[in-house]
Amino acid sequence: MAFYRPAAYQKPVAIALVIGLLALPTALTGLGQEFYIGFATRVLIFALAASSLNLLLGFGGMFSLGHAAFFGVGAYTAAICQQAGINEALIAFPLAMAFAGIFALAVGAISLRTRGVYFIMITLAFTQMAYYLAVSARSWGGDDGLPLVGRMTLAGISLADDTYFYFAAFFGLTVAMLFFSRLADARFGRVIQAIRENETRMEALGYPVFRYRLICFALGGALAGLAGALLANLTGLASPNLLLWTQSGTLLVMVIIGGVGYLYGGAVGALILLCLEEVLVGFTPHWHIALGLILLGVVLFAPKGVAALFGKKHG
Amino acid sequence: MAEALLEVRQLSRRFAAVDALKDVNFSVDAGEVHALIGPNGAGKTTFIHHVSGALQPDSGSVHFAGRDVTSLAMHSRVAAGMARSYQITNVFLGLSALDNVALAVQGRQDAGTSFRFWKPVRREAALFEEARDYLAQVGLEHRVDTVAGNLAHGEQRALELAMALATQPKMLLLDEPMAGTGPEESARMVELIEHLARHVTILLVEHDMAAVFRLADRISVLVNGQLICTGEPEAVRANPEVRRAYLGDHL
Repeated sequence: MAFYRPAAYQKPVAIALVIGLLALPTALTGLGQEFYIGFATRVLIFALAASSLNLLLGFGGMFSLGHAAFFGVGAYTAAICQQAGINEALIAFPLAMAFAGIFALAVGAISLRTRGVYFIMITLAFTQMAYYLAVSARSWGGDDGLPLVGRMTLAGISLADDTYFYFAAFFGLTVAMLFFSRLADARFGRVIQAIRENETRMEALGYPVFRYRLICFALGGALAGLAGALLANLTGLASPNLLLWTQSGTLLVMVIIGGVGYLYGGAVGALILLCLEEVLVGFTPHWHIALGLILLGVVLFAPKGVAALFGKKHG
Repeated sequence: MAEALLEVRQLSRRFAAVDALKDVNFSVDAGEVHALIGPNGAGKTTFIHHVSGALQPDSGSVHFAGRDVTSLAMHSRVAAGMARSYQITNVFLGLSALDNVALAVQGRQDAGTSFRFWKPVRREAALFEEARDYLAQVGLEHRVDTVAGNLAHGEQRALELAMALATQPKMLLLDEPMAGTGPEESARMVELIEHLARHVTILLVEHDMAAVFRLADRISVLVNGQLICTGEPEAVRANPEVRRAYLGDHL
């Protein structure tokens, strides 16, 4: 896999995206399609979650089946915060990131000592443990999950309004993507990509490979935690299903469709998958079959993902 | 006699029922070029792995620069001043020659304690300035921007050396630097190693006997996992045990 290098047109594209996304709620309201603001918010949140997995998978070369755990920890942290009387997102969201990050640190400290299939299985085992913990925790709602009584406030402003909440999610995604793009091109990004290519060589150049991997893993976990906290606010529920390994699978599918190792791979994949779901569900309850065929098509005809077709990565 | 920079004591390692290395005592003095030779399968590569930290011995110890490094991971040994090149070319083929060396310079500077997430690497002029110096030292100054995958084999071998040098080692561990190179490239590599040997201690594992006898101050011979002799080139050449191990063909 090639190393990330920002394309010359990346900045204008990013600026155009930011403007377009900022104008989206107004445009949707103008068209009388307010319903889609909620859908767009969902896409933004999953774009964040998938991008955080792409940091691990595409840049760090870590094929984790446990990413849903960090997503779920973020969601539960938000719900528990509210239960404990903390209704301010500026406190709850950083806490969600911290807990997800710390959990990722613990999972990584064990699983990153293994490679290949073992790594996949251990990360999977941790998600399942987190899932069963959530299901069996009565005070956190058990099977039913932990509901939020309403959306939180951000700097005192209520996020109950869909448009405000959209902007909150947009802000979270933008800051995360900015961080991601800088990281990928900075020393740290160079190192984790080189480790993905050849970890022994990096060890022989004096790099503590394990430590770099672990930090990358924890960063990805923390970003997934933020996405989880946002999602809990969107749906009003921290559900144990968020921790299920199939959720990890969904995020993986997003990254693979979008483009593993491409800066916008996760975001593109989230957009495509959620749009497909939205459209196909209208036709048939068995929309997963159609989705499977499309996934097959992507793997066969655009094996590097859709983002690769636009050439967002060079070098 | 100079002080030993590397000292290996009673090193043993078994793989299943095979003694890959048995009670090996070995030392490299500061400033010398010490060549390790031996027939195929003698355990040279296994030995190098134990010195560099890729493998752990069953018993025995490795001392480097006055400290016991037996339990240290590879990256810590690099930080202590031990750099290695690989028998099979092991560079980042998708990166330019300059980026490859810059990665090595960065590894030495950061030493695993500093993580930079924000500043684009490309804007770190000092990093690349230094990397250029190392490329010049191995004669690749005209290939700076060439993608490593497009370099000739001999040039890739030289790039390996530049990366090892960029870690500013006290000792260079060269695992068959001439492997797969043609006669002309070999001659250039010998010159290059001769030049480097003025500044850095070298442990050389090599099959090319002409190169070994030209470069080495001392030679050790490993046969079936045991060190059968160490000495100056002429003494090693004359040693009957060594002659028997090689059936006389190379020496």
